Amino acid sequence: MVIGNNRQKSAVINDGLLPRLLQLMIDESVSFELRTESAVILGSVAKGTDQHIQSLIDAGCVHVLLKGIFSVHLKYVEACLRCLRSIYLSNKAPADLVYQDLAIISHLVNILSKTATTQECITSIFSSCCKTQAHQNVLYSNGMVAALAPLLNSNVYKVQMPTMKCLAVICYKNESVSHAVASATFNGEPIPSLLLRLIARNRTSEMQMAAAKCLTYLYRAGGLSAKNPIIPLKTMPTLVRMCKKDRTLEENIDGAETLAYLVEVDPELQKIASITDHVISTLAVYLKYTDVQQITSKINGKKDMDWGLEMKQAAFKAFASIGANDEDIRKKIIETENLMDHILMAMTSDNAKVQGAATRCLHSLSRSVQQLRTTFKDHSIWKPLMKLIEIGCDEVLAIASSTLCNLLLEFSPSKEDILESGAINMLCKLASKEDPALKLNGVWGLMNMAFQSEEKVKSEIVETLGSEQLFVLLSDEDPTILMKTLGLLRNLLSNKPVCNLVHIDSIMNVYGTQVMQAVVFILEGDHSVDIKEQTLCILANIADGDRAKDFIMENEDVLKKLMSYMNHSNPQLQIAATYTISNLVWNEHDDAKCYHRQEKLRELGVQRLLQKLLDTPDQTLFEKVKTALQQFS
Amino acid sequence: MANSSGSRLDESQNQETMSTDDRLKRLYPAVREEETPLPRSWSPKDKYNFIGLSQNNLRVHYKGMGKTHKDAASVRATHPIPSSCGIYYFEVKIISKGRDGYMGIGLSAQGVNMNRLPGWDKHSYGFHGDDGNSFCSSGAGQQYGPTFTTGDVIGCCVNLVEKTCFYTKNGIHLGVAFTALPPNLYPTVGLQTPGEVVEANFGQAPFIFDIEDYMKEYRMKTRMTIERFPVSDRRGEWQSTLHRIVSTYLVHHGYCSTAEAFSKVTAQPIEEDIASIKNRQKIQKLVLAGRMGEAINTTQDYYPGLLESNPNLLFTLKCRQFIEMVNGTDSEVRGLSVHSPKSRHGSGSNRSSPTMSPVHYGSSNNLHPQRTPTGSGNNSPSRSSVKGLNTQNQNLQGQTDLHRIEEEMNSVNNDNHSVNGSNSRYIDEDIEMTDGLIDERVVTNGKSDSVCMNGNSHDDYTEEMEVDCPSSKRKLCGGNQEAIGKMLQYGKGLQSMSEQLRRQFGKNDANKRALQDAFSLLAYSDPWNSPVGHQLQPVKREPVCAALNSAILESKGLQKQPPLEVAIAQATECMKLMAKAGIGSCAFASVSEYLH
Repeated sequence: MVIGNNRQKSAVINDGLLPRLLQLMIDESVSFELRTESAVILGSVAKGTDQHIQSLIDAGCVHVLLKGIFSVHLKYVEACLRCLRSIYLSNKAPADLVYQDLAIISHLVNILSKTATTQECITSIFSSCCKTQAHQNVLYSNGMVAALAPLLNSNVYKVQMPTMKCLAVICYKNESVSHAVASATFNGEPIPSLLLRLIARNRTSEMQMAAAKCLTYLYRAGGLSAKNPIIPLKTMPTLVRMCKKDRTLEENIDGAETLAYLVEVDPELQKIASITDHVISTLAVYLKYTDVQQITSKINGKKDMDWGLEMKQAAFKAFASIGANDEDIRKKIIETENLMDHILMAMTSDNAKVQGAATRCLHSLSRSVQQLRTTFKDHSIWKPLMKLIEIGCDEVLAIASSTLCNLLLEFSPSKEDILESGAINMLCKLASKEDPALKLNGVWGLMNMAFQSEEKVKSEIVETLGSEQLFVLLSDEDPTILMKTLGLLRNLLSNKPVCNLVHIDSIMNVYGTQVMQAVVFILEGDHSVDIKEQTLCILANIADGDRAKDFIMENEDVLKKLMSYMNHSNPQLQIAATYTISNLVWNEHDDAKCYHRQEKLRELGVQRLLQKLLDTPDQTLFEKVKTALQQFS
Repeated sequence: MANSSGSRLDESQNQETMSTDDRLKRLYPAVREEETPLPRSWSPKDKYNFIGLSQNNLRVHYKGMGKTHKDAASVRATHPIPSSCGIYYFEVKIISKGRDGYMGIGLSAQGVNMNRLPGWDKHSYGFHGDDGNSFCSSGAGQQYGPTFTTGDVIGCCVNLVEKTCFYTKNGIHLGVAFTALPPNLYPTVGLQTPGEVVEANFGQAPFIFDIEDYMKEYRMKTRMTIERFPVSDRRGEWQSTLHRIVSTYLVHHGYCSTAEAFSKVTAQPIEEDIASIKNRQKIQKLVLAGRMGEAINTTQDYYPGLLESNPNLLFTLKCRQFIEMVNGTDSEVRGLSVHSPKSRHGSGSNRSSPTMSPVHYGSSNNLHPQRTPTGSGNNSPSRSSVKGLNTQNQNLQGQTDLHRIEEEMNSVNNDNHSVNGSNSRYIDEDIEMTDGLIDERVVTNGKSDSVCMNGNSHDDYTEEMEVDCPSSKRKLCGGNQEAIGKMLQYGKGLQSMSEQLRRQFGKNDANKRALQDAFSLLAYSDPWNSPVGHQLQPVKREPVCAALNSAILESKGLQKQPPLEVAIAQATECMKLMAKAGIGSCAFASVSEYLH
């Protein structure tokens, strides 16, 4: 009995037939024909609505079916598999049930090749219930890759398609599996060349897309190199073709999103994409799409789909990836008609997906100095961006705050506006977040903001962030956060742009002791050269102050550290330390304090040390040493 | 990008070793080069003075002053791109960008000024290396793609189906550059400053871009257009048309029993009565066996007046009879050599029996004078099969029908007094062959029908068993002196008939040539291995047979050609017209592909 009508399916469920059917299937004494019949009925119920499938799951159907596949009767096994496939394709069933018992996995892999039905159903099941890296690894270690390879050569369309989907999901972001897939062969032919046949242009769009996706995931997980011509000359143009007008909207969206993923990290691929088949102008058309359509999905019945938004976010993602590294490409993208208006609109939309994609695109474009100075300013991009950071959810927040950092660079004309609308407060909040990405962006933004800014700004930063938080950040484990915090400190303790000693001294007056403690702590700690150099530069800035100099002079510990860095094997650190000394002995007003400092340093043997350093082969260091020595009188 | 230029994606390994001809044939199978040659090199005649050619006219260098754009110089390929390419592609490698790298790669029509870069003038199109702009019949470029320089390989693809053009750079598809292109464009390159050198690949070497993959898409699209072409089938008209096509085909070629069975199932009326079909069948069989004398007599018996009113046909038959006499197969000479069966059977027919005979595609054009006036229709491909049509045919081939054929065969063989015609074991095998043929959906068209073939191959079987080394023993008229005398006598008669025909109807070149060809056989000691020996091949009986069959049918007021063959011939001719009219999709709609 096969039930076609949804109402009748409901009737079967409401009449309580499910437990009865399941009972029949469990009962070993019942003839296998009857059990098969029961499984077929369940299978046709499983083709109904989401509610029907939920009822099946609630009735414990999955367990019974997973038990059923161990039967010796192939017909019964197939009926169970068909039902399982329908249930799993709905994405309602918990994937873990399949993995609870390893025997299930290995059995499924074993019977995979038996018939076209088992091939189709098992690959479909796995393509929708391989969700975590653990799942991928379990499937791989049970011989899934070797079992899938021959199916690519199958001539049954319904087998080829889920096979490729399955390959794609087990490779996704999994390095070891994708390596295994790239080198697995069937009849001596490696999987990538098998896929190459399925990506041929006389195949259906659907198949070309599936093959391109497989190859994309293989490459991104490390199984294939970006230099392998399959990627730029086959996968890329296929994805770009999927973006063309003659394909369906679903393919347009899938094509653009996959393309975005394909080129995301490789500048060379981004360059190739930018000239492939007019992709930028093709994607630009996506932005004009405003239709809202209803599509009928097989399982979920009708649902509203805003194609306009879906198309837009796909285009934004692709633009973000293609323009990530190359100024010329960014220029080409930004020349897209009304792109900025579209981005602005998308950022203020209430759809998180579109917001995120638009911000990503904006972030990519904000790496361009020229764009910051022109387009970004013209469109007052900072306004919606700030708003987004204020109210946005965490995903958008990371990318939005990162964009804000770029807008705060010293050459950005928006810097002042952003400052005036309460950016300091906002960034300080971010810098106090738990999420390292947000924390980093907060500090980064503050660092950019403090660069060559007025004292008012600097003290506002210190006050808002709070010295405590500043020193918490200075002890952060994340080296990039530490680095940016040091950068912030260095910018805070800088006298530029005006030659006015007030900045350094006023801050050191209040926080001097803590700053010195932190500096010593870092110099003693086990940190990279870059971090130590940055720290020494902070000392140099302190030494550039007036009264602040005393913080160093009075701390013999620090002075000894400086001397040891002057002897360091890394010239970078030698230069920074020498520079600090040079600032300490700088004699401008011929005042007594200075002679006093020189005296003290001479006593410590600094002058002798400097004279020795004149032998250095490093030109920059030599100049610094010379300048310092000239100050000694 | 540079990395990719070195490596190729092509699946076929043997590409490297293919000859230029093979490669071009494979790329452009629909192009008939005798009519529309493919560009294979740059033309030494169609170029500006400042252009120098080398390396078999594939390499182009600039030898002018290169001061201003007035010093620009172009060269066209030897031939325009034939429309029947469907998709055409060539690549140009930049050997050196010279001083300024003002190279232009593109297309132009004949007669466009060569003292210019491609793209600047009407009917001229180019992609320029210095700025990456495309020039569409205008001095002002449009932003198109990246720039290109030394070491880059630029490809130019003309899509003659959609009349568009796109370029590639190191295998990367750069997108459509031009639309609405006119036909008959020549591959063109232009250079403008000293030191610029480029080299073309017109298909003599593998391409960097996978053009065959691109072609696949259009082949598929064209197929879809054909297969999805809507036909209205109200009240089953379409279906019955198909049935009629099958039925008339079977009747025409005398597949008598099959035709009967088919008409029974499909309720298709057979216009001709069964006896008449069988008569034709018998005559055809005689012609295909090379027994022309008997064939002519039988024709005169069954269809009195037919040959008298068709003197040219009669002449053709007689010419053939003369040839068969030389062959030793005609009944006139055959009876005389009956004592030497070896030589009789060895007489040529063993070279290839009609069943096994190679299909002489299109060769029927000049085979027989009688065929020429009937036009393209008769020149249709000899092998044909129509999907779907034959499926029904095949389904109908029940066991009972086979038995009937078998019985018929037996009687036929007995009639023919064939040496071992009644050996049913052979017949069994033969019938399996028929079956097999239909299974493969191959229906031999325009020649012997399968029932006849069975009879023939049967003969062949015996020959092979009897004849050890037939070629060495082949003799004129089977080696019989009396037969030679008869043959010479017959030749004289033929000569006088020819003269009479000329007096009566005026000159007929076809007849004259046929007679000359036939007589020239006598000029050689071994006619079979002579330059005119092809006449003796059994396969040459087929056009004669078809002509006679058509004439008989015509005389009875029936169609002289089965509609199926007319349809195929029309489709084939249509493809040629499309090629002439510049409709590129003809490249991807090969009729012969549908016939297999």
